[in-house]
Amino acid sequence: MLLINPRPESLVDVKMHYCPGCGHGVAHRLVAEAMDELGIRERTIGVAPVGCAVFSDDYFNCDMIQGAHGRGPAIATGLKRTRPDCIVFSYQGDGDLASIGMGETIHSAARGENITIIFINNATYGMTGGQMAPTTLMGQKASTCPLGRDPQVNGYPIKVCELLAQLEGARYLERVSLHTAAHVIKAKKAVKKAFQNQVDGKGFSLVEILSTCPTNMGISPLEATKFIADKMLAQYPLGVYKGAEGGKIDVSRN
Amino acid sequence: MYQGIRISGFGGQGIISSGVLLAYAGMLDGKEVSFFPSYGAEMRGGTANCSVVISSEEVTTPVVSQPDTVIIMNEPSLAKFEPLVKSGGLMIINESLVKSRPKRQDIKVVLVPCNQIAADLKAPKIANMAALGAFCKHTGALSVEAVAKALPKVFKRAKPEILALNVEALKKGAALN
Amino acid sequence: MSEKLLMKGNEAFAEGTVRAGCRFFAGYPITPQNEVPEYMSWRLPEVGGSFIQAESEVAAINMLYGAAATGIRTMTSSSSPGISLKQEGISYCAGADLPIFYANVARGGPGLGNIAGAQGDYFQSVRGGGHGDYRVFVMAPDSVSEMGNFPLHCYEVAEKYRVPAMILADGILGQMMEPLEFKFETVDPKSLKTPPWALGDCTGRKKRIVRSYDLSEGALEIMTLNRAKRYKEIEEKEVLFEARSCEDAELILVAYGTSARASTAALKMARAQGLKVGLLRPITLWPFPKKKIQELAAKTSSFLVVEMSLGQLVDDVRLAVDGRVPVHLHARPSGAVPTGEEIFAQIQEELKAQKGEYVCY
Repeated sequence: MLLINPRPESLVDVKMHYCPGCGHGVAHRLVAEAMDELGIRERTIGVAPVGCAVFSDDYFNCDMIQGAHGRGPAIATGLKRTRPDCIVFSYQGDGDLASIGMGETIHSAARGENITIIFINNATYGMTGGQMAPTTLMGQKASTCPLGRDPQVNGYPIKVCELLAQLEGARYLERVSLHTAAHVIKAKKAVKKAFQNQVDGKGFSLVEILSTCPTNMGISPLEATKFIADKMLAQYPLGVYKGAEGGKIDVSRN
Repeated sequence: MYQGIRISGFGGQGIISSGVLLAYAGMLDGKEVSFFPSYGAEMRGGTANCSVVISSEEVTTPVVSQPDTVIIMNEPSLAKFEPLVKSGGLMIINESLVKSRPKRQDIKVVLVPCNQIAADLKAPKIANMAALGAFCKHTGALSVEAVAKALPKVFKRAKPEILALNVEALKKGAALN
Repeated sequence: MSEKLLMKGNEAFAEGTVRAGCRFFAGYPITPQNEVPEYMSWRLPEVGGSFIQAESEVAAINMLYGAAATGIRTMTSSSSPGISLKQEGISYCAGADLPIFYANVARGGPGLGNIAGAQGDYFQSVRGGGHGDYRVFVMAPDSVSEMGNFPLHCYEVAEKYRVPAMILADGILGQMMEPLEFKFETVDPKSLKTPPWALGDCTGRKKRIVRSYDLSEGALEIMTLNRAKRYKEIEEKEVLFEARSCEDAELILVAYGTSARASTAALKMARAQGLKVGLLRPITLWPFPKKKIQELAAKTSSFLVVEMSLGQLVDDVRLAVDGRVPVHLHARPSGAVPTGEEIFAQIQEELKAQKGEYVCY
């Protein structure tokens, strides 16, 4: 048998714990393929979040550190400043990055840290069981807003790429999605670019990936992709928000 | 010997640097020393003060609660520190700015026209040096020379002519009775 | 080894960490420790290190978590409220066996409290401080000299046992100036071995993971019990204290840091009057000099604990004394500093009571 697309070397050969239809597995593979293709696996250090992807420290085949909820960008900052020769990425969900860790997200972007952030936006808290996320859509039901997100009570969802685009330090911001094969291919390009930017010393790169969580939404995996297409895309338009124009940041920084 | 000192005045009168200077001079003189400033919010406006200990033995607490000597550079400092001075202790008063006089009879009072001396030297910022000169003379804890020797160590960026003016003010303070 | 310098405690501490090989600092402004980040901001770049003014204490401790995971010597400093904010991160470091190092230049609390020196963070320091079962190696300097010279020992203990280490100082120790000499050879970080767990380039070796969790059944207990073996070894081997005039003492003062300085003044007054008084100064607060206190409890008639807190150190002394002799307390919380005179007055009271001249309490 000819294996056309084997498991990337940057992904450990273990069974993942993710639910059927979950987007994390696909997103992990995209990150791993990017590491393989850029030849940076050995010198990459990944930061695993709190949330479903906490176990990603077992899945990525590079040095990994698991840290406190929301603090990925701060941990990545400490790693990168200490080991500027290494490629440092932080993999985070929406509760982690846009709620408890918003301070670290904004300030690492404002500082223009030469790091890569992979941000999984599935509009819900996965591991804790479907609570309202900072990215939960208006009217969307969650275990802590059982009647649906109500602006009078819960306010409005946060658009991370649009928010960070205001910052001079943020160099590359793109929102992609995993709901069709064609979108996955586009997402792959964005993820790879976010790593390439760091290799090139271009500074803060973040890819927001719209992803699925069928378990907590109580729907089938197929319906979950439909939820992205029909609901999430309207709130979170895909596209490049900052294109990494210009050259290197001052790489003498350590 | 043991000298516990409190220096007090407005922020900007060189209270903190006076304390550092005395401590540095004591160290160069082979004494055990400590310096402790009031800090933070209290430094802005109001009264700034510091504690200095110069001793032939190990310094225990750096916070001088019963000073042998207090240097009073502004009016509010007098009321604050008069009750604290040890019986038989010394109070040096900047008579250019402080019009009140202590009620206590059990302490020695030395009046120094600090701002006047500084003004005569055309260096209004060094009024504190005149008080330190008087301190040297009336306590014998340090010599004027020792303080003069510490000056360039504490004011590393000061020009030689400014340092010379400081020494001048020290000497004028020490020359008063 | 070096000339005599007149330095502020905070600056001596900062310089001491750099000389001990620290090459990464992240911190956030808070009085009375501001001289530490200010000093590190120009000093670390001089030696090729990194300084970051973090957006919060929370971010700072997590930057340290990342930097320390690469195996280098790191440091953060703060004062009481900021140290509270760092506790989650410190717990993660303890759980991931990262030898981080930090200082609490403590101030009066609770809440915003004040900016005076205080010792109200004793429990927080010696009982772990954050969530979960863990300990931090705690040293309590009582002079500018110790502020400058203790960091090296903290790094060495932290690295040997893979535990967080801290210095518990206070606003007075941070702000005061005293002469000091650095009594150790400046450490060149390049001379230090990269630890076998450090993250970095995994060429030619297996990937490494730094983490504080294990969700599989029973695994975390094993992890914690293994760590507890190191804690036990620290308790056996790393206790430091200073005992003054304790041999014939009928009353022994117990105090650390700034309150030990005031207690020394009282000790001198007492001895000058022929009163048999001693002073035990714990230098490590964890591990606590429990055995030494037990040994003294067999010889002395009572203890007087002097602390700038409501009665925290006294608990550890009472646990060690275990009811053998009375343990009294002189407590000045929330930024008050005891004077030698007031401690001496209580010494006289306690000694009179001991001799049955009158019964107090």
